Amino acid sequence: MNAQLTPAAAFRGEDEAQPPLLFAPYASTVERSPREPLVRMPQTPTEQSGPNEWEALFGDQVTDLTRPHGACALGQRIIVCGQVLDEDRRPAADTLIEIWQANAAGRYAHERDQWDAPLDPNFGGAGRVVTDTQGRYRYTTVRPGAYPWGNHYNAWRPAHIHLSLLGPAFATRLITQMYFPDDPLIEIDPIANAVPRAYRARMVAHFDIGITQPSHALGYRFDIVLRGRTATPLRPET
Amino acid sequence: MHTQQQNAAAPATPLDNQSPGTFGQTPWQTVGPFFHFSLPWNGCADLTGPSQIGGRPDLIPGGCAALRGPERRGVAPPKGEHIRIAGYVFDARGNPVPDALLEIWQANASGYYRGSGAFGPGSARVDANFHGFGRAATAADGSFCFHTIRPGRVPFTPTLSALQAPHIALGVLGRGLLKRLATRIYFSDEPGNAEDPVLGLVPADRRATLLAQRIDTPQTDAAGAASVHYRFDVRLQGERETVFFEY
Repeated sequence: MNAQLTPAAAFRGEDEAQPPLLFAPYASTVERSPREPLVRMPQTPTEQSGPNEWEALFGDQVTDLTRPHGACALGQRIIVCGQVLDEDRRPAADTLIEIWQANAAGRYAHERDQWDAPLDPNFGGAGRVVTDTQGRYRYTTVRPGAYPWGNHYNAWRPAHIHLSLLGPAFATRLITQMYFPDDPLIEIDPIANAVPRAYRARMVAHFDIGITQPSHALGYRFDIVLRGRTATPLRPET
Repeated sequence: MHTQQQNAAAPATPLDNQSPGTFGQTPWQTVGPFFHFSLPWNGCADLTGPSQIGGRPDLIPGGCAALRGPERRGVAPPKGEHIRIAGYVFDARGNPVPDALLEIWQANASGYYRGSGAFGPGSARVDANFHGFGRAATAADGSFCFHTIRPGRVPFTPTLSALQAPHIALGVLGRGLLKRLATRIYFSDEPGNAEDPVLGLVPADRRATLLAQRIDTPQTDAAGAASVHYRFDVRLQGERETVFFEY
């Protein structure tokens, strides 16, 4: 066996902001969440490594969602930018962020989304960006609309952008949703409310006049925090 | 370029969602049912060749563009024994789940992880034709299929010589899943399973849920090449519920 293996980072477990797997107000969790307890296991090289060759694995970046065919998507154009960090505020460089969302009318470019809001032929709603050495990212899109769903009577999802992050390791995988400030639907949304109230603000972007570009687009800031590394580095076992 | 007047009008609180009072992990949220035009791409479930499995082009309306995957650059097949792992995702009632997304991460045939956090001086063990990451969106009948290679054995800790049995890390995402469910695929025909330190943490009567069952009929793929087939089902809840891990 090769004795020169490099000790790698171990990552912290989830903090108290994470939602439970079973949250009955979000009805789909009832028959899709395990009833047996999760089995606690140590992180091994499997969990402490992860993919990182984004272009070869995934293809090109798509940082402007508003011009898939050259023509311009309908809706309020926005720029979303921020920084991906770990719990010790270290930048998560070279992190892949995948983006998907409904169009300005609240309709997804998806066969299963059949409510009667219009599709926009100039808006696909998917993007893909990689963070720089400081963990910073930036993309341009349109503000998505709210839309109805079948969870309960008169249920509407607040406007949101789905974000998938592949960071330093399989253990730090994160998929979240970014919400918009002053949206009254957040308070009554079972998916957002699966997160304890004290931590819900972590999912709400801030309007930022510094990101806003004159005569072009409104700017929003949204920082994302991944699981940090454990305080004590791995020690060689004897 | 800010004028003094603009600065004076700026809010005093930090313009981010991670102000000191709330700083910490960004919470997980479900992928929902509409991820198919972004996360999977045609071919994402084939880690060995140019087939188009893994995506759901049937869910993309005509005239709308899903994200494209990588350009195929004429890569050669990866080293190692080619295998197929196919099965279904089921919910508590045993109904198939047609809107789940599976993600796999695995070592190459030499037991080496490519990518970030790679362990050891492994340049000689890199297989230029194998990355080790794949995805599969479940089909309308809840089925999925990965084409990959049998992973080599990897160490249990970076500094210990004990090896794990060959396995593939599996993440299960989908509508109704507020967080990723993390599990592992082991292989029913591996003698090393009995000593595997992670399998050893699982109650004995539940270990079978982590074993992909070898299908012992001779199999060839479309090109006539031999390939070993395995069956692996994910049961989210109920009878024979799959073991899920936290770490």
